[in-house]
Amino acid sequence: MGIVIFDGIAYGMLLFLIAVGLSVTMGLMSFVNLAHGAFAMIGGYAAVTAMNQFGLGFFPALVASFVAAALVGGVLEFTLYRRLYRAHPLDQVLLSIGLVFVSVAVFTYFFGPTIQAFSPPESLTGSMSLMGLEVGRYRLFLIVCGFAILAGLLLVLNRTRYGAMVRAAVDNQRVARGTGIHVQRLFFLTFAFGCGLAGLGGALSLGILGLEPSFALKYLIFFLIVVCVGGAGTIIGPFVAALLVGIVDVAGKYYLPELGAFLIYVFMVITLLVRPNGLIPRKGL
Amino acid sequence: MKSLSLTPGQLTGLEAAFWLLLASSFWLMPDHLTLLSQILILGLFAVSLDLALGYAGILTVGHAAFFGCGAYAAGLLAKHGWGEPFSGLLLALLVCAALGYALSYLIVRGADLTRLMITIGVCVLFGELANRLSGITGGTDGLQGIVIDPVLGLFEFDLWGKTAFVYAFVVVLAMFLMTRLIVSSPFGLALRGIHDSRKRMQAIGSPVAARLRMAYCFSAALAGVAGALMAQTSQFVGIEALSFNRSAEILIILVLGGTGRLYGGLIGAIVYMLVHDWFADLNPQYWMFWLGIFLIVVVMVGRGGIMGALSRLVRIRRA
Repeated sequence: MGIVIFDGIAYGMLLFLIAVGLSVTMGLMSFVNLAHGAFAMIGGYAAVTAMNQFGLGFFPALVASFVAAALVGGVLEFTLYRRLYRAHPLDQVLLSIGLVFVSVAVFTYFFGPTIQAFSPPESLTGSMSLMGLEVGRYRLFLIVCGFAILAGLLLVLNRTRYGAMVRAAVDNQRVARGTGIHVQRLFFLTFAFGCGLAGLGGALSLGILGLEPSFALKYLIFFLIVVCVGGAGTIIGPFVAALLVGIVDVAGKYYLPELGAFLIYVFMVITLLVRPNGLIPRKGL
Repeated sequence: MKSLSLTPGQLTGLEAAFWLLLASSFWLMPDHLTLLSQILILGLFAVSLDLALGYAGILTVGHAAFFGCGAYAAGLLAKHGWGEPFSGLLLALLVCAALGYALSYLIVRGADLTRLMITIGVCVLFGELANRLSGITGGTDGLQGIVIDPVLGLFEFDLWGKTAFVYAFVVVLAMFLMTRLIVSSPFGLALRGIHDSRKRMQAIGSPVAARLRMAYCFSAALAGVAGALMAQTSQFVGIEALSFNRSAEILIILVLGGTGRLYGGLIGAIVYMLVHDWFADLNPQYWMFWLGIFLIVVVMVGRGGIMGALSRLVRIRRA
C-alpha cells in the first residue's frame, strides 16, 4: 500500500514537471498547445545526447535538457506561436499537431524508433529505506525535485515582480498591458520557461517512462488530463491533479491490472463532469 | 484576378458533374477500386466531422470514436451470423446516434478546451476498451472473420472490389444528399448562426444547446455509417479505427479540403488519399514529416483549404 502511493507520487511529480508549463501556456495565453509533449521529448533526447555523445554526467545533462527545450520553445514562440495567440483554437490545434508530427519524424530519423538506453548515475540506483518503506532512490529523487520546483515556482509567482506581472496578465491581459507590462515579452519568457521545465521533466522521465519518438503522442493525453483536471492557469491545480492522476494510475495498474489505463480516463471524464473548469479554477495562482 | 461567376443552376450542374466523375472512375480506373472506395468512405467521414466542426463549431479531435464504434458494430453483427449489409449500416447508425446523443451532453458543457479534452478522452477510452475486450473485438489483431452477404441478395462482394465500390458509392451519395438537406434546412441555418455568433442566436431565442446536441448526434451517426462501410468493404476492423491518429488524420483531410463547405471533406479525401497513395513507398516517417510541415504552413497562410481557394476564384450569382 505505502509503496504504491510512493510510486504514484513519484509518477505524479513527473507529470507535474512536464505539465506545469502547459498549464501556464493554456491559462496565460489560452493557447491549446498539443505539442507540449514534444518539448519534453526534446529535453529527453538532449539529455541522452549529452550523456552518451559528450560524456556529461546525469546532473549536467539535466541542465542541458532544460536549456535545449527552452531554446527550441523560445524560437518556436518567436516564429510560430506568437502569430496565433488570437486565432481560433482549431488553428492552434492544427499547428501543434503539425509540430508533433514533425518532431516525431525528426527524432525517428536521427535516433531511430527504439527506446533510448539509459542508466541512472550510481548515487540514484538501488533503493533505501525511508520510514519503514523500501523506496527506489530514483523515485525519491523525483519527488524531491518535484517539491523543490513547486516551491520555487510558488516563490517566484507570489514573491517577485516577474511573478506579479504574470499573475496580472493571467487575470486581465488588457489592463495589464495598460499598466505598462510588456505582455508579449512576458509571454515569450514564460513560454520558454515552461518548455524548459517540460524538457527537464522529459529528461527525468528517462528512468521511468522510457524515451522513444512516439513519446509526444503517447503521453500527450496524460499531460492534458493533468492540466484540464487541475484547472488551466494555476500551479497548485496541476500539482494536485498530477498527484491524483499518478496515484490513481499506479494503484490501478497494481490492484486492477485488467483495467489498465482505463481507470484514468474514467477519472478524467467524471472530474470534468463535476467540475468543468478543473479542480482548482483559474485566478487562484 | 478575374473571378468566374456561376448561377445557382450552373452550380447544381457542377455538383452533378462531380458525382458523375466519381462514378465514372469505376470504368476509368478499374485497377484502383479499393482505393476509390476508401476515398469515398473517408470522404463521408470527413463530411460527418464537418457537420460538427465546420457547421456547429464543436472543436473535436476524437471523431474516430464514432467511426470505430460504427465499424465494430457492423463488423460484430456480420461476424455473428447476420451478414446482410444494410442492416449492418442501420445498426451502426443507430448505435452511433445514441452514443453521440448521450455524449453530446458532455460536449455542450464547458469551453473549447474542456470539449477538446472530452472528445480526445472519449476516443482514447474507447480505444482502450476495444483493446481490453479482446475476446469480443479481437484486440490488437483486429476483428477478423467478417462475412458479408451479397448486397440485396444479388451482388456478391468480389475480389476486385467492384461491388464494394458501387455499394460504397450509393451509400455515400445517399448520406451526402441527406447531409446536404440537413445543412440547407432551417436547422442547418440555425447551426451556421450559432457558429458565427452564439450569443446573438441565444438572444433571438434559438435553443443553442439543443441544436448543438442534435448536430453532434447527426455527425456521430454519419461517422458510424462511414465506419460500418469501412468494415463491410474491407471485411476487417483494426484497432487503429479508434485511435487518436485517425482522428487527427480526418481533421487534416477536412482542413485540406476546407471546413464548413460540405464538399470540403470529399475533395480533401480525394487529394489526401491520392497523394498518400502516390508516396506509399516512401518511408512513413517522411510522410509524417511533410504532413506536419503542411499543417504548419496551412495555419500560417490562412485556413480555407482547397474549397476556400476555389471560392475566391468563383463567385455565385444570387438569382
